[in-house]
Amino acid sequence: MSGAEISALGSFMARAHEGQARTLLEQQGLPGRRLEAWRYTPLRALETTGFAAPAPVAPDEARALLARLAPEADASHRVVFVNGALVPELTSLPEGVRLVAADAPLVADRPISVLNTALAQPGLGLHVSAGADAGQIALVALVTGDAPVSTHLAHQVTLEADARLTLLDIQSGEGPYLANPVLGVRVAEGARLTHLRVQQDSQDAVNLAFVNADVSSRGLYDSFTLTLGARLSRHEVLAHLGGSNAAVHVNAAQLLAGNRHADLTSVIRHAAPDCISRQTVKNVIMEGGHGVFQGKIHVDRIAQKTDGYQMNQALLLSERAQIDSKPELEIYADDVKCSHGATVGALDDEQLFYLRARGIPHDEARAMLVRAFLLDALSLVQDETASALLDRRVETWWQKRDPE
Amino acid sequence: MNDFLKISGLCAQIDDNGTPKEILRGLDLDIPKGEIHAIMGPNGSGKSTLSYVLAGRDDYEVTGGSATFDGADLLALEPEERAALGVFLAFQAPVELPGVNNANFLRTAVNAVRRAREEPELDAVGFLKAVRAETKHLHMSDEMLKRNVNVGFSGGEKKRNEVLQMRMLRPRFAILDETDSGLDIDALRIVAEGVNSLRGPDFSALIITHHQRLLDYIQPDRVHVMAKGQIIHSGGAEVALALEAQGYQQYLEAVA
Repeated sequence: MSGAEISALGSFMARAHEGQARTLLEQQGLPGRRLEAWRYTPLRALETTGFAAPAPVAPDEARALLARLAPEADASHRVVFVNGALVPELTSLPEGVRLVAADAPLVADRPISVLNTALAQPGLGLHVSAGADAGQIALVALVTGDAPVSTHLAHQVTLEADARLTLLDIQSGEGPYLANPVLGVRVAEGARLTHLRVQQDSQDAVNLAFVNADVSSRGLYDSFTLTLGARLSRHEVLAHLGGSNAAVHVNAAQLLAGNRHADLTSVIRHAAPDCISRQTVKNVIMEGGHGVFQGKIHVDRIAQKTDGYQMNQALLLSERAQIDSKPELEIYADDVKCSHGATVGALDDEQLFYLRARGIPHDEARAMLVRAFLLDALSLVQDETASALLDRRVETWWQKRDPE
Repeated sequence: MNDFLKISGLCAQIDDNGTPKEILRGLDLDIPKGEIHAIMGPNGSGKSTLSYVLAGRDDYEVTGGSATFDGADLLALEPEERAALGVFLAFQAPVELPGVNNANFLRTAVNAVRRAREEPELDAVGFLKAVRAETKHLHMSDEMLKRNVNVGFSGGEKKRNEVLQMRMLRPRFAILDETDSGLDIDALRIVAEGVNSLRGPDFSALIITHHQRLLDYIQPDRVHVMAKGQIIHSGGAEVALALEAQGYQQYLEAVA
């Protein structure tokens, strides 16, 4: 009987390209609870769903979809993908920026990377020349379909020495689907990439994303991820600080209601001296939501004077809300400054009463305290337009969340 | 009837690690419109509990009696509905709200109350004008508006911030819960001025205090002595002076 059943893995294997990733996918299957890194986010729930290749979408329909799902990407330079294919009619780039073939390399021990490479669709290949300031570019990936489909975009962004770019990465869609994007990042000496990711996928979607960032001396990869959508999502970051005085920020906010599950997993590897890593991750979890944070800071023997900071905080707004938090420090150098912390709590009754005693209705008072909780993380986004966008998204999420 | 605040036989308890602990034991108190009353009493007599029960804090369970304000059943209302009706509690220890800007908080509160009272909301300019007039009046720097609510405020600044909120929300009945504790003379004067400036035929207040000191600046119409969850003696301003001179013992013995 089993051969006749539809499975996620079966549907992926039927579409996989020949090569190493296909072999790995076939051997390992989708990660389950027994794999330590996937203990809190087993993909077993996917097993009975088959994912088809998405149908192409006409430019007019893509335009309407963009206006509906990502109106904020209207004014800026942008690269738009719908159902895994570039929509040239909606794409515009600033001068000094080239589209090249994307070549996000396989990371064999990361199941999200394996799945992506096995089914890879060419994504954004962006190259910013030395010393150029490319301003802000929106990378918009939308998916639509009635039956479960999956996209596996492979993006690669390269900043040459002293280049600058703000990448506004918007993921959204309608209906049931799996989005499985991989972004390779190369930040050369003295370059700065700001990566702001808003994951506002459909409530029936699954999002499995992987960022593999390599930062050279004096370079900065400054990232912030706002997770609002998808029934199941994982945002996995592997950041490698390969030259002295490099810095990486892996900040995030995850807002979960219903029975949504969101996982932020990161490994920050200090492989050179005098580097800085910063991580503030806030979780607001309501109803039966389940948040996961796994953050590892790895400091090589050579990475003296490492300055690492990691903080994960969760605000649980219901009895059923859950957070699993697993911070890890692995340090082989002897002269480092690394701190980490995790807190879990509910809204403070005394604060809530104070606001209500001043006439502020209960729901509005709760919203004020939730925003206050998120402020430490959201205020890390310095780009003003991006910061305003995140505020609006948080506000809309709060207003549209399922009533309790 | 001139009864503005009317409390009859009020009983309330708190959950003390699983055992109910009775704190208010049949308290009676009437405060007519336009009058300022003071309650004095030893620690543990239930003064703060009374203020929390009147403001609507739900840690306390009301087990008997009633409290009406201007004819409305106060105990049936949510805290925000009581505020809209005109009840204001100046907290003994105002809580800090990290991440909540003081000006935004105040504007949200003012407009929530105005909405509930069917008054037009204040826009940013109108609000700023109104709040600047008040901060000036209270000798507060505008810088306090930019900070997070009560975060890093000194004791005196917190109390001034309470008075600022009181003036902006224009209550008809204010409860000051030991607002004078820990204040120097200048701050005490400012608090007193804040109350005195609201004094009028439509404003009443209940001042909970340990000391005569505040009552040197706010002349009370009546002074009540509270012990063991009840009012055990009531009189004019002279009661406060007698307490200051002779302590609570005389009253406690009388009811023992």
